[in-house]
Amino acid sequence: MTRRILISMAACAATLVAQADKKAAAPAAAGADNSFFLRNVTVHPVTGPEVAGGAVLVKDGKIAEVGAKLVAPKGVKVVEGKGLHVWPGMINSATQLGLQEISSIRETVDTGEIGTFNPQLRPLIAVNPESEHLPVTRANGITSAMTMPASGGGGGSRSAGTSPLIPGHVSLMHLDGWTWEEMEIKRNAALMIQFPTIETRTFNFMEFTAGRTAFTEAKRFYDRRVKELNDYFDQARNYQKAKAVARPDFRIDLAFEAMLPVLDGKLPVIIPAPDERTIKGAIEFIEKQKLKGILANIGRPGTALELIKAKNIPVIIGESTDLPEQEDDAYDKNYARAADLHKAGIKFAFGTFDTQFARNLPFQAGIAAGYGLPPAEAVKAVTINAAEIWGIAGEYGSIEKGKWADLILTDGDLLEHKTSVKQMWIKGRAVSLENKHTKMYEKYLARP
Amino acid sequence: MSKIYSSFLLALAAAGTLRAQVIVIQNANILPVTKPGFKGSVVIENGKIKEMGEKVVVPAGAQVIEANGQYLMPGIIDCHSHIAADAINEGSVSVSSMVGIEDVLNPTDISIYRGLAGGVTSSNILHGSANAIGGKCTLIKMRWGKSASEMVFEGAKPSIKFALGENPKRRGSAGSGPLQGSAGNLRYPATRMGVEDVIRQAFNDAKIYQAKWQEYNAKTAKGEVAIPPRRDLKLEPLVEVLESKRFVHAHSYRADEILMLLRVADDYGFKIRTLQHVLEGYKVAKEIAAHGAGASTFSDWWAYKVEAFDAIPYNAAILTKKGVLTSINSDSADVTRRLNTEAAKAVKYGGLTETEALALITINPAKQLAVESRVGSIEVGKDADLVLYDKHPLSSYAVAQKVLVDGNVYFDRMKDIEERGKKELVKKQMIDRAKEQERLQQKKMGPPPAGARRPA
Repeated sequence: MTRRILISMAACAATLVAQADKKAAAPAAAGADNSFFLRNVTVHPVTGPEVAGGAVLVKDGKIAEVGAKLVAPKGVKVVEGKGLHVWPGMINSATQLGLQEISSIRETVDTGEIGTFNPQLRPLIAVNPESEHLPVTRANGITSAMTMPASGGGGGSRSAGTSPLIPGHVSLMHLDGWTWEEMEIKRNAALMIQFPTIETRTFNFMEFTAGRTAFTEAKRFYDRRVKELNDYFDQARNYQKAKAVARPDFRIDLAFEAMLPVLDGKLPVIIPAPDERTIKGAIEFIEKQKLKGILANIGRPGTALELIKAKNIPVIIGESTDLPEQEDDAYDKNYARAADLHKAGIKFAFGTFDTQFARNLPFQAGIAAGYGLPPAEAVKAVTINAAEIWGIAGEYGSIEKGKWADLILTDGDLLEHKTSVKQMWIKGRAVSLENKHTKMYEKYLARP
Repeated sequence: MSKIYSSFLLALAAAGTLRAQVIVIQNANILPVTKPGFKGSVVIENGKIKEMGEKVVVPAGAQVIEANGQYLMPGIIDCHSHIAADAINEGSVSVSSMVGIEDVLNPTDISIYRGLAGGVTSSNILHGSANAIGGKCTLIKMRWGKSASEMVFEGAKPSIKFALGENPKRRGSAGSGPLQGSAGNLRYPATRMGVEDVIRQAFNDAKIYQAKWQEYNAKTAKGEVAIPPRRDLKLEPLVEVLESKRFVHAHSYRADEILMLLRVADDYGFKIRTLQHVLEGYKVAKEIAAHGAGASTFSDWWAYKVEAFDAIPYNAAILTKKGVLTSINSDSADVTRRLNTEAAKAVKYGGLTETEALALITINPAKQLAVESRVGSIEVGKDADLVLYDKHPLSSYAVAQKVLVDGNVYFDRMKDIEERGKKELVKKQMIDRAKEQERLQQKKMGPPPAGARRPA
């Protein structure tokens, strides 16, 4: 989304590959070993202080014990972690993983459906578990990801008609499984709303030309779109009332059905809001419709930061490494975004909003830490914060007793570019770190 | 508005560029790249590195920059960029060697400053990839605040962009998209086969043109009267390629097309200086090394088109291990701001040493561009193009604090932050003034006549 303009027209590995458990190359199967004892490792629980020389006991896929003075129970497989660090598996809060293979080839892209209102769409059921992107992303320590609709692909090219207002749901999934059902964490994690923006600058992708629209005209269009969105919610509420009456001829409407948990405030809405005006508009909309809101990609928040804090709305940051939008913006404006949110007391998590760079999630957080975000907060923003925002913190996001053992073992700081992931477990099962890239590397390094 | 504002920024930049004769950067962790790192000082005189060592004598009157253990590395060289150019592709013909970036350099592009703030001190500005033979490239130094001609890296050897694969063949097929042809306006080539033919044909023509000049020069050398050949601005750069006076930087993706171009060059007796992108270079590293071409690649881009589907982040490491002179570039106003961490990825993917990783963005691109006697490492006698980072430059957490070009501080993070308030104020004053002028103008013109409509 932040990268909707496709600019791209344009030793660990050896040891890493060697260490990948070949037997675990296939996705986790029933009866697979999901208990082990990881010892002599620096444990980074994220929600508590790190434990040097610690251990983690995993039983039946869940974390049973964490601490410094644990002894391996009899019969449990021991994993040696000397010199290594264990962290919760990272959660990428915004991707198109599994929905998009080669971004320029329409046939491999299922991110953008035709139509203005599509709340019934669920990305998870279109996720290709064989996508090369999943193991590639996994190899950098990301155990789960939100996959979501985006402009482009599927229903046509970028300029196919007006952009949608409700492009569908977003789905939270593990990056491993024989089928999408096995990958599922939350099929419907939130409803995505593409809130209108006042666009005085336009760009025609077909002709590759920039244009301008007068503000009054752009505003009029914006108002019309906001009304359209509110009208749709009103219709959904009418549907809800009609359904409650349940006359015999009542016809189920899949789109409105999908709206019901949102109307009840059980399911949040995620709204990308790239500037101050849109943020304010989106928050007004959230309040008016009494929704549970999450904002994303708040490029130019201006004074809206205070409002976001006041309303206690969490944010998914995807723009940390994007160029500042305007030439007179501070050069480090987006690098410092996460630090700004932290200072304002706003809860946030990172997402990459794409497929090819989904594996770079820890780097986005690391760079934000360079520009003022405390490193511990940066780690939270790729683990526990994401779990909290998506309502799965009881089961994921930190190394705590009782949570699922989504764990990664690294040879260094989680957010450093140089760090290698040595092992990964999802629900306590070892998952292969081998992928298309490591295979091609081995193959061609060995070319005589 | 934005033009005026950037002029203001430039004026600030120019005023801020101190031309101290002697600068000493002391107590720095120095990463010379070509030699082992050490803690010490660097003495800069007249824009050049005069002395470096654990202990140096600070000359009287020298400006001292106290590094406090921060990391000093050579200025980053981006071997592939399209910033600071008002036009990129002359897309109308398959051979556009007559055009050049130097004619469209835009020294006010804010991307220069942003790149500088990311530690970049030299940038190779290339023509686009729409044509099999593109236009002439220009190497610049990031002298923010200077004119276009003052930014050009003086004495750098001329070069030209070639392009293979999906981009140059796009205009040969009808479709949607910016570089695509329309049904009534298709242009040869439409295939990789045609791309080879276009290049061979162009060099055949260049050889004939070269022979005509050779004949003319031979005659005049003997004192004979001769009529000079008609000058051909399209073929002239190609003759320079044949005569090793101009480098070829070739945009390429797949192994087959890389091999094709190397063989074409072999046949016509010239060298490919660098293969750019070269995402499948790892598959033909042996052949690239044998030809003597350099490789300038991305850190980890992949899957954005079919020819990038076999791209792997281990490319730079394999190429390096197999003896190819390799660099990592940005091709982007965005990524050019953090080539230090792009290089760090080569430690993770393929296990290059930290020095090898730093070389990917400093001395290696300097060699590829044949400016290694001037830049690319911290050595006595070289230009003082330097970056001071608060942490090791390969760390995710590293932030450039000061960037010097020719011994002048062109970027200073503290100063940038301090001046933000002043810039905001000036911006506000300019907007107020513009509003006031508009108000006065309207007053002079009188109210619009009743019923008049504002034009849309």
